[in-house]
Amino acid sequence: MGLAFDIAHMLAGLMVLAGLMMLYQDRLYPLLHVLALQAFLLALSVAWQAHLQDAPHLYITAVIALGFKAIFIPWALRKMVFRLGIHREIEPVVGTGLTMLAGMGLVALSLEVMLPVTAHADPVSRQDIALALSIVLIGLLLMVTRRNAVSQVVGFLAIDNGISLAATGAQGMPLVVEISVAFSILVAFIVIGIFLFRIRERFDTVDVEALDRFRGERR
Amino acid sequence: MIGPFLVQAGQMALVLLAAPLLTGLVRKVKARVQRRRGASVLQPYRDLRRLLSKEIVLAHNASWLFRTAPYLIFALTWVAAALIPTFATGLIFSWTGDLIAIIALLGAARFLLALAGMDIGTSFGGIGASREVMIASLAEPAMLMIILSLALIAGSTQLSTIAAFMLSPEAGLRVSLALSLLAFVVVALAENARIPVDNPATHLELTMVHEAMVLEYSGRHLAMIELAASLKLLVMISTMACIFFPFGLVTGDAGAGRYLIGIGAYLLKLAIAGTVLGCFEMSIAKMRVFRVPNLLGGALMLGLLATLLLFVSVGL
Amino acid sequence: MIALVGVLAAPLIGAIVLAILPGYRASARINIAVSAVAFICALLLLIQRPDPGRYLLVDDLNVVFILLGSFVGLTTSVFSASYIGHELATGRLTQPYLRFYHAMFQLMAFGMNLALTANNIGLMWVALELATLTTVMMVGIYRTHEAIEAAWKYFILGSVGIALALFGTILVYLAARPAIGGGIDSMVWTVLVAHAHGFDPALLDIAFVFLLLGYGTKVGLAPMHAWLPDAHAEGPTPISAVLSGLLLNVALYALLRFKILMAATPGAIAPGPLMIALGLISLIFAGFMLYRRRDIKRMFAYSSIEHMGLIVFAFGMAGPLGNFAGLLQMAMHSLTKSAIFFSVGHIAQVKGTQRIADMGGLTETHPLLGWGLVAGVAAIVGLPPFGVFTSEFLIVSTTFARQPVLAVLVVLGLLVSLGALLLRVISIAFGEPRGGDGPVRASSFPIVAHLALVLIAGVWLPPPLVGWFQHVAALLG
Repeated sequence: MGLAFDIAHMLAGLMVLAGLMMLYQDRLYPLLHVLALQAFLLALSVAWQAHLQDAPHLYITAVIALGFKAIFIPWALRKMVFRLGIHREIEPVVGTGLTMLAGMGLVALSLEVMLPVTAHADPVSRQDIALALSIVLIGLLLMVTRRNAVSQVVGFLAIDNGISLAATGAQGMPLVVEISVAFSILVAFIVIGIFLFRIRERFDTVDVEALDRFRGERR
Repeated sequence: MIGPFLVQAGQMALVLLAAPLLTGLVRKVKARVQRRRGASVLQPYRDLRRLLSKEIVLAHNASWLFRTAPYLIFALTWVAAALIPTFATGLIFSWTGDLIAIIALLGAARFLLALAGMDIGTSFGGIGASREVMIASLAEPAMLMIILSLALIAGSTQLSTIAAFMLSPEAGLRVSLALSLLAFVVVALAENARIPVDNPATHLELTMVHEAMVLEYSGRHLAMIELAASLKLLVMISTMACIFFPFGLVTGDAGAGRYLIGIGAYLLKLAIAGTVLGCFEMSIAKMRVFRVPNLLGGALMLGLLATLLLFVSVGL
Repeated sequence: MIALVGVLAAPLIGAIVLAILPGYRASARINIAVSAVAFICALLLLIQRPDPGRYLLVDDLNVVFILLGSFVGLTTSVFSASYIGHELATGRLTQPYLRFYHAMFQLMAFGMNLALTANNIGLMWVALELATLTTVMMVGIYRTHEAIEAAWKYFILGSVGIALALFGTILVYLAARPAIGGGIDSMVWTVLVAHAHGFDPALLDIAFVFLLLGYGTKVGLAPMHAWLPDAHAEGPTPISAVLSGLLLNVALYALLRFKILMAATPGAIAPGPLMIALGLISLIFAGFMLYRRRDIKRMFAYSSIEHMGLIVFAFGMAGPLGNFAGLLQMAMHSLTKSAIFFSVGHIAQVKGTQRIADMGGLTETHPLLGWGLVAGVAAIVGLPPFGVFTSEFLIVSTTFARQPVLAVLVVLGLLVSLGALLLRVISIAFGEPRGGDGPVRASSFPIVAHLALVLIAGVWLPPPLVGWFQHVAALLG
């Protein structure tokens, strides 16, 4: 299988581990740290892919992942969390054990679905796509099990990491840099959006349950 | 003909002699980290000798189980220790040195200890036994997950085979091994009643797990149990060394010099592990009992993830 | 070629200009002018199409939607000119946000035109993401509690949908790689269609599931519809019109592109049953939800969900009639729903409220608005001779011929929504006048133009249009 595969496997596997670690965090600062770790591993993985595929433009994606997703976004979120005043809150995480089991189930599911389907591709591509799907699903699980808006956004950022892993793992995909830039802009807007929409200022809490009072469905 | 028997007997003696030394080293390191001088590393030997010469004080309602359990526990743990390739693989009894068999032996020892703790009927014994079993109910599945991933990598649960595989270049760089190692460390801490799961030096009964079960023991019974606990620590560290750091293991036939190097490497690994354990125990606090399931659940998840990732790399 | 560039460049330049220009009157006029330029360019595209390039493409599928899109954009900008004036006067919208609003409007038009004309599936995704972003910004523009909740919900759900759609796009690339290999051409749609017989069918199946879920969120299919009613109700009415009339169509158009790929790949599972299921669920669910709505814009938002469900159902049934009916319904719904939202916008302004219970007797106080609303609702529920009747009739008849049980369900859903909408519109349009009585400075051109087009289409469809739709229906399989 070779060292190339082993290193790609190790980086992708550690990204999945970081995703699972996000599921049981109940404080916001450690959650942001794990997110930064996952983005850092993504940057390493993309750089390794750039080396393997001999695709220099992927190095740009790696730098974007490192500078933007691993450093800037967690820093910006940290500042935002501090200004919103929720950095000391402990979030009630629904059933840690159950969530972790669900996360493992999702990893198993995505491996079961994606590995047979990509049978013709080369091994590095296959395992990157399979593990990328599991990271995306774990991110979705994180979004669904959280009530805090910042945690939900962190879940979306995990989805973003997973998709970037898939995009760079699919060898030879064109426009990877452009698409990752576009996605990063969306991500930036969402992160700004927490502040722009000033959920806390309007509702005195970032707890999205409080938003439910204003759900128009009852009208 | 005599040679292999001698080597096996030598191993059994070695583990028996090294176990109290290991415990003494860990205590010494902890003391040094706390800026105390600490007792000598030979102190556990003196403790054992003292205990062996003391009178046994039994409760009125102690049953035969209470009296025989220490010997059985010691025997089970010593057999488990004898089976692990410490400095050489391929010893006479190595074909029985199956990971699952070793875990079963240790599990049986724990079962007996829990029963003995409940035997007298004191409340502290009950607390200790129930906590011990709770920890075991989570640690055992995690251990089995680790064994499963190791077996998937190496193709066998025989420790000798695993060690030989790890020494060969086929092992490669695997994230599953790292995850298994991490999970193994957590499980080992739980099994040996070390911080953060249990404090072996505590004198507060409400914080005890292992110590609470042996509160009623005295004399040579207590000596047997203490020695068994030290042996169990040695078993765990030796297993970890054999699987994850098999450098210096003697595989196949070799001369006496090679065996000496093997023994030296093994003792060095014990010393490093003891030092690291001592420093680690001093660097974090003991967890609340209610949070221990979280920790062990995490180890189980790590083992599960290691297995899943293996399916990716093996199945491709 | 000039026309194609014009369709894209006009909104983009307009956005930049409008971002700088202060002053309401000038911005509104420039908005209309830019939309008119884009519309004229789209008309020119009808006459002469450029060759498919690596990034841009005009073919039978998107030429009608480009034209429709720029037309609705033009009429919406006319509507918006008078609507926003009233919003400014009442203070609901403030001056700094005005530039923002107009710039975002044209940027969104640019995004939608780019998504429609994109030949590269990656570029199409980027354009849809841009359209999502701009509409989110605009939904939250009133900055009330409800608007912020609606914008945040739309943002999160829309972004998750976009993310899933991107994953599906990557999988499509992977499925195509054995047939095409890597390189810039491997995401060009025309190249993909040409080589579709060599795709990996299993991977394409999974890719389509992700695309259906992802782009389906933006189409508003239940159960991913949760953002739609809030976004329509809380945003400014021009945005509701554009969302219902254009953005849902563009997202569905993206799905259709991929459905063509699926149809061209032998061995891929038929996407029909999945689309039928989602479409039916949306249709019936939205039909029943219409009864309990008390806010007028929210009610018509559910009507949009229902119609999108019907359209997806039609594409799921497939076959030449089903696909043709779906395409026709897309066009008719776009025109009718935007006309309804135009009238609803002005109604809400004159009555001073969006609650249905507080409105009444509209045909007496404001005849044009009242009868416009009645005509619009008559069109949207599928009464003849409007164009929606034609497409709904085609859908029901082709379904009845093949799956009578499903036809019964479809008719049930349509009748349920017909009942609800007629009930409500009768209470609004007739009876004792209730609610405010302010004068309306509305231009009647948008409503009349849309409804006239729908009426004409119900009676006579231009042959070139029929030809294009039939060709695309054949491609859709």
